[in-house]
Amino acid sequence: MTWTPTCEELGRKVWRVSEITRHIKHALESQPALQDTWVRGELANFKRHSRGHLYFSLRDQESRLACVMFSSRAAGLSFAPANGMSVLCRGSVGVFERDGIYQLYVEEMHPDGVGALWQALEELRRRLEREGLFAVDRKRPLPVVPTRVAVITSPTGAVIRDIVRVAHRRFPRFNLLLVPVQVQGVEAPGEIAAALDLVNRYRLAQVIIVARGGGSMEELWAFNTEEVARAIYRSAIPVVSAVGHESDVTIADLVADVRAATPSHAAEIVVPDRARWEEVLASWRSRLHTALAGKLSRLRQRVEELAARPVLARPADMVWQRRQALDLLGERLERALASRLVTCRLKVEACAGRLKALDPRAVLGRGYAICYRLPERRVVTGVDQVAVPDDVLVRLRDGEINCRVWATREFAREDER
Amino acid sequence: MRESPELSFEEALAQLERIVRTLEQGNTGLEESLRLFEEGTRLLAVCQRRLDEAEGRVAKLIRGENGEPAEEPWTGEPG
Repeated sequence: MTWTPTCEELGRKVWRVSEITRHIKHALESQPALQDTWVRGELANFKRHSRGHLYFSLRDQESRLACVMFSSRAAGLSFAPANGMSVLCRGSVGVFERDGIYQLYVEEMHPDGVGALWQALEELRRRLEREGLFAVDRKRPLPVVPTRVAVITSPTGAVIRDIVRVAHRRFPRFNLLLVPVQVQGVEAPGEIAAALDLVNRYRLAQVIIVARGGGSMEELWAFNTEEVARAIYRSAIPVVSAVGHESDVTIADLVADVRAATPSHAAEIVVPDRARWEEVLASWRSRLHTALAGKLSRLRQRVEELAARPVLARPADMVWQRRQALDLLGERLERALASRLVTCRLKVEACAGRLKALDPRAVLGRGYAICYRLPERRVVTGVDQVAVPDDVLVRLRDGEINCRVWATREFAREDER
Repeated sequence: MRESPELSFEEALAQLERIVRTLEQGNTGLEESLRLFEEGTRLLAVCQRRLDEAEGRVAKLIRGENGEPAEEPWTGEPG
């Protein structure tokens, strides 16, 4: 019988499984390079345990690395991991003693390239902001009642359906124009930008909604490109963005005139509520009519007030009053005239009496005579007015005597009387 | 008087509001009031027309012959 020495007999150490496993564990876990380190790979065998722990492998073309991410860590994930996705994990290599496997205990996981992507995105955001693409004073108001709205989005899926549903609830048969584009993938940015330019060039709408449903950061990527940002910026037509969920803010959202939280919200913002506007118009119509009616009734009232004034109400009065005044004046005139005539008559009579008393012929009747010097028949009132042998005419009451002066004799002064 | 075709809904509504306020203040003469009323009625018609114009259909933009954009009714069917 051949003696086969045991390892112990040979002086060799023999491990127990748990012992060596623990040793391996220690060896690995004391390696600084394997602790708190980053690994890039493609997700495979992704499983979500009912308690929320994630089990998966990271692989590349040659190798595979078992990974576990406990639920406490998995809760902080910002995306939904899926097989085939390229990811970047931070964690430490450890050993699962029961199965004797080493694995990466993952602390955080990101879609691969997102770190770099974020950096590029931040840089783009800052650059566009400096250029003023996000400036608040550039934001244009949306028309209250656009007659047509263009929706740039995928022709399939919930987004366009949601928009149509909400739009038509607010305004039955509202005029919408779907501009179909790819909203993810390499072609997406170019298609979205081209669609924006097309709607502008042909003036196809008064408002543009650029929409996409929720998705991972990569899926929303087109809306974070400079190409789309600039197309929105140069759009003469106001643009409303509705990209992803409310928590996703893309560069397109920042450039757009209005950012809607969701596609349905965009329709709420853009599409007028027809019933409400009809009510508003009806109320203005009624105010307009009431205002005019009020104006007319005030004017009519003024006219009526004026018409009630006596001058207009009884215009004949004026004539009668005038006529009456005229009559009175006529009477006064007559009375004045009559009294004047009486006065005059009295005066004339008085004058006539006085005149009669002065009639020289009455004196002649009493024996006086008037002597006229001839031939001029001038009344002689003194002796010195005649001389011998002037001819004189003596007038008596009933005739005349032709005489010749034979002599003149002047009375002494006392005889004159 | 401005011609209306280029007037937007909100412009027409704003003008209408001014006119109604002016009329309601009542300082305008009869001729002016009637003119304002007529103008207000016209602006209301513009607003109504803008609302009617927004009624249409859902269309899908397609590439027409000679590359110009064309439209076809969109029924919501996928594709």
